[in-house]
Amino acid sequence: MKFTFAAFCYMLVLLLTVTLIFCAIWHIIAFDELKTDYKNPIDQCNTLNPLVLPEYLIHAFFCVMFLCAAKWLMLGLNMPLSAYHIWRYMSRPVMSGPGLNDPTTITNADILAYCQKEGWCKLSFF
Amino acid sequence: MHVPSGYGLHPQNYIAPSGHYPQGPGKMTSLPLDSQCGDYYSGLYMVPTQNMVTPNTANQQPGAQQMYGRGPPAPHIVGSTPGSFQGAASSASHLHTSASQPYSPFVNHYNSPAMYSANSSVASQGFPSTCGHYAMSTVSNATYPSVSYPSLPAGDPYGQQMFTSQNAPTVRPARDNSFSGHSMAISHPSPLPPPPSHQYHQQQSLSGCNTLSWSASGLPSTQDNLRNHTGSLATANSNPTNTAADSLSCPVMQNVQPLKSSPVVSTVLSGASSTRTPPAANRPAEPVASVTQPSELSQQKGVDSSSTTSSASPVPNSYDALEGGSYPDMLSSSASSPAPDPAPEPDPAPASAPAAPQPSKMAKPFGYGYPTLQPGYQNATAPLNSGVPPSSPAYSGFQQYAQYPGVNQLSSSLGGLSLQSSPQPESLRPVNLTQERNILPMTPVWAPVPNLNVDLKKLNCSPDSFRCTLTNIPQTQALLNKAKLPLGLLLHPFRDLTQLPVITSNTIVRCRSCRTYINPFVSFIDQRRWKCNLCYRVNDVPEEFMYNPLTRSYGEPHKRPEVQNSTVEFIASSDYMLRPPQPAVYLFVLDVSHNAVEAGYLTILCQSLLENLDKLPGDSRTRIGFMTFDSTIHFYNLQEGLSQPQMLIVSDIDDVFLPTPDSLLVNLYESKELIKDLLNALPNMFTNTRETHSALGPALQAAFKLMSPTGGRVSVFQTQLPSLGAGVLQSREDPNQRSSTKVVQHLGPATDFYKKLALDCSGQQTAVDLFLLSSQYSDLASLACMSKYSAGCIYYYPSFHYTHNPSQAEKLQKDLKRYLTRKIGFEAVMRIRCTKGLSMHTFHGNFFVRSTDLLSLANINPDAGFAVQLSIEENLTDTSLVCFQTALLYTSSKGERRIRVHTLCLPVVSSLADVYAGVDVQAAICLLANMAVDRSVSSSLSDARDALVNAVVDSLSAYGSTVSNLQHSALIAPSSLRLFPLYVLALLKQKAFRTGTSTRLDDRVYAMCQIKCQPLVHLMKMIHPNLYRIDRLTDEGAIHVNDRVVPQPPLQKLSAEKLTREGAFLMDCGSVFYIWIGKSCDNNFIEDVLGYPNFASIPQKLTHLPELDTLSSERARSFITWLRDNRPLSPILHVVKDESPAKTEFFQHLIEDRTEAAFSYYEFLLHIQQQICK
Repeated sequence: MKFTFAAFCYMLVLLLTVTLIFCAIWHIIAFDELKTDYKNPIDQCNTLNPLVLPEYLIHAFFCVMFLCAAKWLMLGLNMPLSAYHIWRYMSRPVMSGPGLNDPTTITNADILAYCQKEGWCKLSFF
Repeated sequence: MHVPSGYGLHPQNYIAPSGHYPQGPGKMTSLPLDSQCGDYYSGLYMVPTQNMVTPNTANQQPGAQQMYGRGPPAPHIVGSTPGSFQGAASSASHLHTSASQPYSPFVNHYNSPAMYSANSSVASQGFPSTCGHYAMSTVSNATYPSVSYPSLPAGDPYGQQMFTSQNAPTVRPARDNSFSGHSMAISHPSPLPPPPSHQYHQQQSLSGCNTLSWSASGLPSTQDNLRNHTGSLATANSNPTNTAADSLSCPVMQNVQPLKSSPVVSTVLSGASSTRTPPAANRPAEPVASVTQPSELSQQKGVDSSSTTSSASPVPNSYDALEGGSYPDMLSSSASSPAPDPAPEPDPAPASAPAAPQPSKMAKPFGYGYPTLQPGYQNATAPLNSGVPPSSPAYSGFQQYAQYPGVNQLSSSLGGLSLQSSPQPESLRPVNLTQERNILPMTPVWAPVPNLNVDLKKLNCSPDSFRCTLTNIPQTQALLNKAKLPLGLLLHPFRDLTQLPVITSNTIVRCRSCRTYINPFVSFIDQRRWKCNLCYRVNDVPEEFMYNPLTRSYGEPHKRPEVQNSTVEFIASSDYMLRPPQPAVYLFVLDVSHNAVEAGYLTILCQSLLENLDKLPGDSRTRIGFMTFDSTIHFYNLQEGLSQPQMLIVSDIDDVFLPTPDSLLVNLYESKELIKDLLNALPNMFTNTRETHSALGPALQAAFKLMSPTGGRVSVFQTQLPSLGAGVLQSREDPNQRSSTKVVQHLGPATDFYKKLALDCSGQQTAVDLFLLSSQYSDLASLACMSKYSAGCIYYYPSFHYTHNPSQAEKLQKDLKRYLTRKIGFEAVMRIRCTKGLSMHTFHGNFFVRSTDLLSLANINPDAGFAVQLSIEENLTDTSLVCFQTALLYTSSKGERRIRVHTLCLPVVSSLADVYAGVDVQAAICLLANMAVDRSVSSSLSDARDALVNAVVDSLSAYGSTVSNLQHSALIAPSSLRLFPLYVLALLKQKAFRTGTSTRLDDRVYAMCQIKCQPLVHLMKMIHPNLYRIDRLTDEGAIHVNDRVVPQPPLQKLSAEKLTREGAFLMDCGSVFYIWIGKSCDNNFIEDVLGYPNFASIPQKLTHLPELDTLSSERARSFITWLRDNRPLSPILHVVKDESPAKTEFFQHLIEDRTEAAFSYYEFLLHIQQQICK
């Protein structure tokens, strides 16, 4: 039973990871577009922001799954990222809607570079 | 500008928009909104809305209870049925649009003097009428032979001056004279330095060829003009006499009396011939640079354009004249100016001699060559000199200068003449900060001049519009990191200018790959190709560009005004429009809750509006609207044809709608009577209100809906925390924490409602300007967002009350006058480009950043400043120059699409010493202040303060490590950075960043907003006020402005040690003036200036100086008026008696002194030293 649950976990995680990778790629592309002036930051934030929470939730779901399956190694690998997500969401700018990105600050070179780096790191991590 | 008639398609472009136009407003009245509204009317919302006609219009029972719309929901639905209402309104508005259709291409595009615009538009089409116009003014010129002037495009800047000069009267004389000086200078080509390895070389050689004369229909007049100029130039050349100068000045400015100008010129010239320029002779010349009354800006611009146009730069020329007129190459516009001063003293050499030793001396410190800087250096180091032994002939002269009896007079003339004195040659001179007692120079500090060759220097953008913190750009990011200095730009792009070349042409020449506008720093590879100075792409020169409208010659692309001026304005074609240019639209959203009525601002606002209604910038399409709000929102139907303004009340604030969308914003001219009626009635309409709530959020939403079809400007007047509907705010300030030294919370917004709204507004080209007049906390941090991101501006009047606080009331009145009448640009975007390798990092100011280098500005006003942080992404090793270009595309209030382009060129250096040599300490401080504001919002105030201190510590220790031979125990700074610690200390004691002193949160946030959006000149006064002693004003060194003598007292350092009980001191803090009267101040002064017999009888609250008919009163008042002119926030004056409770206000600005919570300057230095040694 436990084995199957773990296997099920892995399978599900594999599938979900694909979504996460997709998210990360989307994220990178979006920021690249911003950097090269293709898109208006307001539009870009409107497309990006709804994706942030699902991504974080999926990842949190992983962790819970691994916890249930008692896969400590995998959990150990994923906990830092989860913690990072929580921190990231706590320190988001004052916003009424969900999401992280504020169109007024997103074009700042620092933030842009940071977000892009974040995207690449996540991509490689997944 | 002077484009011959066949040339510019300017008028045609015009027709296009006017053809389109009807569609614009048509759209505005378009159906969706209407029908929606109709629905509302007929359906659900009938009930809460009451359309009512103000009091005595026919079909309504008048009643106060209806006025407030809070009667029982159902009762009477107003006389006109929604449908008919709608119909009438929309038809009317169609009428209105069609009325605006005959839209003349000749509308003034400048709101400033009508003359100007008229001239420019006319001239640009080569209308014969110009002829008459100018002919009047150029009477005497006809006599001069028409000498063609091949080697310099003199006609061109001249032409600009022609139409722009009207409002800079006194600037003129000297400039003219300078012009003559310049021509003289050019007549001596021998000392010209080897031209730069640049296009200019080619230009010189090319210049003679191809003088194709186009005799188009409209030309003669202009040609005449030109001939006049050149003619007079020629005479100036041969004999620098009064007449020459006279004739020169005549064509240029209509309203200068020749009487006045000629003596000026003559004195200067005589000074020139004798080399020894006595101060008296200097003085008349001063109006040139220093601060003419009409506008500091105008003056600046005068200089600006002159320094950018290669040919007719006035200041250098005046210097030329002074120095004998023979060394044009030695001077940059700025460096030249202070020169007259050294002259009186030691310089024994006649005429040509003084300049000769300079170059070698100057070039000495660096291999790079600082050719022209000596005068500036003298200026800069003057007050510091005490300890340093003179090391060169110039020094000795300068030593004397320091001891010269009339220092203040001299220094003022220095200040007056020098525009941007450059401390370079000595900017690296180590200064031991702890031993230097008088670090602050007696004269205002000017921006350093970039160390470029002379030609480029002349062309470079004025430091008033465009400044860089490092005038020598480090080659690599590593070098920049080593220097530990901030790299960034300070911009004031929409400054009021009096001289601005306006160019109309079919094709605006731009680089094909990076879209840079052609500018003076591009290089022409050959006649038909130019190389972009930002991306290095080689572009073709279009056929049209080959023809120079100013010289009327063909094949001289390098002489076009675009290539001769680093600040130009293009009239853009329809390619630069996304939609037909919008009309000027102004909406006033007024708080009329109990609180607001109590404060009584409505009276002042309405009064001011009534006075300035005709001066609102705009054309025949200008539209205006009013909304008021308390717990409900009131609209005013001002549609033409109504007998009275109609007030429409919407009480459904959760879902705001516009009752009659198309009759709320009305044409200013068609409905003027109604508007006046409303403005007269408004202050008394709400006197008995008992409504305390304020539904600001819904009101703003309604305003947004109203404005979104056109865009424009929304002016919001708010007096309290919004307490109803969307955007509700709570009080977040804990008064007990006001003086806390630890954490200051709530510097950021509480909600993003206002930010989102601002972004929406910005998207619809609407800017929101906030006037906050409140007595208690109103959460400016949140409210300010509505202006910050929509490119509006913020005004704050703490504890405003029209009778209890008359000084604030007066301030509001003055601010409003400026606010309502100043220039405005609509639907603007600003793009900043820089040489490949550099990139924009962070922007500061009020705007929305649309992409990495594009700022979206719904409105742009002349008082807005911006700052940009830069980073060096690639090494700049393969280039010796970097350029920055700001292009501001906007719609003028006359419905013209224009592009204002500023280009700044700076050298690249590879050594750390050179980086330090080029620091512009004021720019650096302003940039740091901006960064600190960001830091305190995103992190915390204490972080920001630490960062400021670290900025000093790091840069000074980095500098210390480069100069190894000096003793390390001392705190050494390069001369260019000597004011850095002082300014940082001033910043730490500024309202925005101070701790330990009781500071209201709103005051603090407002100071932060100010730091973010004030241009450098104003910001510096805010950070480091100027202190003058005014009880002994003399005419020594005074300058003449508009026929008035303005004394120029020396600057005092901000320390109580400078205050004596016998004196009276004026402190200029930018937005406020304090006059401190010492206890034993001379009774004569008190009586003559203040109008009271003795110290004891001076009242506590005195905010005006009486107009007394005494000499000292006149001096004091003219000095104050002079300081006051052209500030965006007109300063209020407080007379502070020694030992009055108000004196703490005054003393808190004495930043060099110790306070209970902060270091004195000396302690601060010791602290820094300690940090460095650690």
